[in-house]
Amino acid sequence: MHDLILYIQSYLDSDRTPGAAGNIFWATVYILLVFVGLSVAVICMNWLERKILAHMQVRLGPMRVGPHGLLQPIADAIKLLLKEDIIPAEADAVVFWVAPFIVVLAAFTVFVVVPFGRTHAITDMNIGILFMLGVSSLSVLGIVTAGWASNSHYPLMGALRSSAQMVSYEVAMGLAVVSAIMMSSMNVEGTGTLSMIGIVEAQKAQGEWFIFKFFPLGIIAFGVFAIAMVAETNRAPFDLPEAESELTAGFHTEYSGFRWSLFFLAEYSAMIAVSSIAVTLWLGGWLRPFPNALTGDIWELVFSLFPGITFLFLAGMCFYSTARMPKHPLFKIQTMGLGGFGAALAVIGLILFLPPVRVRVVDIYWFSAKVAGFMYLYIWYRGTFPRYRFDQLMKVGWKVLLPTGLALLILTALVGMRTELWADIQETLHL
Amino acid sequence: MNPPVATPFFFYLLATIMIVGGILVITRKNAIHSAMALITTLLAQAALYLMLYAPFVAGVQIMLYAGGIMVLFLFVIMLISIERSQKERQFNKQWLIGVIAAAALGGLFITVYTTTTRGITLFVERRMAYSENQNTQLIANLLFDRRGGTYMFAFEIASLLLLVAIIGSVVMAKKRI
Repeated sequence: MHDLILYIQSYLDSDRTPGAAGNIFWATVYILLVFVGLSVAVICMNWLERKILAHMQVRLGPMRVGPHGLLQPIADAIKLLLKEDIIPAEADAVVFWVAPFIVVLAAFTVFVVVPFGRTHAITDMNIGILFMLGVSSLSVLGIVTAGWASNSHYPLMGALRSSAQMVSYEVAMGLAVVSAIMMSSMNVEGTGTLSMIGIVEAQKAQGEWFIFKFFPLGIIAFGVFAIAMVAETNRAPFDLPEAESELTAGFHTEYSGFRWSLFFLAEYSAMIAVSSIAVTLWLGGWLRPFPNALTGDIWELVFSLFPGITFLFLAGMCFYSTARMPKHPLFKIQTMGLGGFGAALAVIGLILFLPPVRVRVVDIYWFSAKVAGFMYLYIWYRGTFPRYRFDQLMKVGWKVLLPTGLALLILTALVGMRTELWADIQETLHL
Repeated sequence: MNPPVATPFFFYLLATIMIVGGILVITRKNAIHSAMALITTLLAQAALYLMLYAPFVAGVQIMLYAGGIMVLFLFVIMLISIERSQKERQFNKQWLIGVIAAAALGGLFITVYTTTTRGITLFVERRMAYSENQNTQLIANLLFDRRGGTYMFAFEIASLLLLVAIIGSVVMAKKRI
């Protein structure tokens, strides 16, 4: 028993990622944890998106299944799994069958390098950011083949739009990423890094998030990336590949049931993936706010209390709603369910206050909180922006974002090398 | 030390995937199927680069070939009428020349691998394995370093060639600039 505790302790106190330690068992545990966490996040996003959009449009949203529609995602999932899975008669059956799996594989594989904390990544690759961009660019293959294999007009149009859009915005996205990578080389040795963990460590060492570095260059690069990433994930206002008013449902018009839910899963996990890239490159990854200004044990303690406080706050909201539930006997089970949910959240919140748990989850909490901010932005965009026309989309991509990205690249290099350049100029002039 | 990932098992697995994919590329009648087989081959090739401790090249391979170029391939293929292309003959009459060329290339490979001059093969027995966490930095040094950048000139020439290709395609596609 004591050996077992020591064994588990050795994992919990490890200062390396499972991939770096070469531990296959521990890496498998991490992979399962990430997979489960992602699935839960997608379920939450499903509910939140419908609720928030509804409230933005002065509606109530789902209210019937469970208290405040909390069980709606589960009901949806069951409905999707039970629905008939149709393959159109004239479709290319093999490609039709493979396409959703390509999208899901691409969307989930990128999470191998996402750093949820200093040691909380499945592995840390030397080419981390390159791997993420490369693998997430594979998802367009799935979308294109899905549209083509359906052998129908709307899906083909959606697939063509999607491939054109994703190839165009990938360029601007790459340029913005390169400018952030160049910022990571502002150290004594002058070597940058492509590793996701290395980039966050560089931000810690340089004492500022890259969004504020070389003001205003960092924030412009972040802006370019933030626009391009919405286009990359085919979300509003760039959701032309699935514009329902023009193409019914775009590339997945012919898909139903389980296969359609795979597209849904892939779309949301791709959103989380690109948001994690943005958080890692510009918003300091797992670093808490002001890691260099507010130092000391007291501040460490204060910031590590946030996870528990968040859960207690959610629990409080649940209890408040429980108190406000209608007192009619028909609502008895719902009221009890909501109260139980609140109690579960409260227990989780209290567990998060325990010192051994607290210090180990605080990284994950700050990373997830930043990503959650981006998720809210996605919903907000969808609720407020009208959809782009296709020529406008291309104009923004090629005539605005791409030149901005190129200028950023040159300016970041110039500002980053200013002392060396100045020394060179002086040397040349004095000679 | 970690156990090496580059075991013979993975090499044979990847080589099989690549060969099967390559054969499928030329034998499938449907151009989309060919393109998907080509993507599989390219991904297996990226994994082979990983086995050679060249993660940067592997990442670039996935990003440029599998993610970029193949999307454009599919984009073009989707606009072609599949019905008409399926009726066309797949192999033309130059198969004899093709077989001779392939045999010559194969013979060349075998000769290069087996030739020994005074007991020394053309290939070095072992090479220095760069540590994985410095690979990208070492490539950057080879390309851009002021003192050790031996491939700077070749790199710039290659980028100039690409620029010529871009301008050429724009000129050819657009009648009035």
